[in-house]
Amino acid sequence: MKVGAWQAMTLVVRRELCLSFRRPEQLLQPLVFFLIVTTLFPLGLSLQLSALRDMAPGVLWVAALLSSLLSLDSLFKSDADDGTLEQLALSGQGLTVIVIAKTLAHWLVSGAALVLVSPLVATALGIPPEAFATMLLSLGLGTLTLSWLGAIGAGLTVGLRRGNVLLSLIVLPLAMPLLIFGAGATDHAVSGTSAAGALYFLAALCVFTCTLAPFAATAALRITLD
Amino acid sequence: MLKGVSLDLKPRELMHIRGPNGTGKTTLLRVICGLLRPEQGRVAWFGESIASVRAEYQSALAYASHEPALKADLTPLENLRFMVGLKRRVTLPELRQSLERTGVAACADLPVRVLSAGQRRRVVMARVLAVRATLWLLDEPFTNLDSAGSDLLSALLAEHVNDGGLALVVAHHDLQLAAAVRRLELSE
Repeated sequence: MKVGAWQAMTLVVRRELCLSFRRPEQLLQPLVFFLIVTTLFPLGLSLQLSALRDMAPGVLWVAALLSSLLSLDSLFKSDADDGTLEQLALSGQGLTVIVIAKTLAHWLVSGAALVLVSPLVATALGIPPEAFATMLLSLGLGTLTLSWLGAIGAGLTVGLRRGNVLLSLIVLPLAMPLLIFGAGATDHAVSGTSAAGALYFLAALCVFTCTLAPFAATAALRITLD
Repeated sequence: MLKGVSLDLKPRELMHIRGPNGTGKTTLLRVICGLLRPEQGRVAWFGESIASVRAEYQSALAYASHEPALKADLTPLENLRFMVGLKRRVTLPELRQSLERTGVAACADLPVRVLSAGQRRRVVMARVLAVRATLWLLDEPFTNLDSAGSDLLSALLAEHVNDGGLALVVAHHDLQLAAAVRRLELSE
């Protein structure tokens, strides 16, 4: 009996999660990096708590972007190296379905995990608990958008031997609006003003990339397979 | 890379593709399975271009490339469940049966990383069996197999072809099968 697109996506997400939990070091690496980078700032700058709180949104977002980048390289690379990507392309499911499932699984183990540990970091940086909801929402939207942007970059660089540097060069400029509006939203929440405008912009970017990035990433992967 | 190649395959036929290194045997298989688009000419399945019947064609084919496409951190059973599961609904007993058929049932729950190259090749053949595809495209399937493994693979190929299947096999050595074998020799 034929397998539907939804079942195929579920299967791929389960496979990706299973693989991630078999290699916990890959799962923990971006999280530990996130924690260490955000800890280095207050140690290096010796700031007063008020000054630290002013810088905290930017520090948090830069660290989150860089941590997310760490795991992007492996999004399609290992599948391309061991021949799995070819098998997935010939699975009878559209390659776009596979790309969507893999990107969502990547976000679950990298972006969503970062969002979950961010209150710990935020507390250390002096962000008040009242700002946590906005911060979590903005980071959730931002990391999901970054995963989609990263899928395009990973698709373009999957055939290159040292593609991770090029991947960063492709993705980081595209991620600048995320940094500006994500840090802005958190900053508004810290200062007690409305963050709605920045959050709406982040949500719009997220919808835009969710809609178009799967097709762009699929096209990029097809170039590699050809 | 490839010029003037024309072939057709009917049910109950196996085509053995041979040729020196670099003559495009793997490229030909990749073109036939649809991973590469030919600059000229076309690949057809029941008379229809494979691009127009992509889903139907892909569900009817099983491709085993040089790379085993197995995840070292997963067990053979998990590898099969995730890859075969994308092609058709499959149960664990069915997958165990395929692994048993290729002689690796004892390794079904071990991580692939501890398996030898020959055992991995047998897991790949179990995947090909479990897919229940009409068309088998096998690229050097005898690599790393011992004599018992080679005999088993030959028997599986003959069984598949005699049951009405089609197979295209790239292999360096002669195929001795209890089935009709056509040969295609590629040259530089």
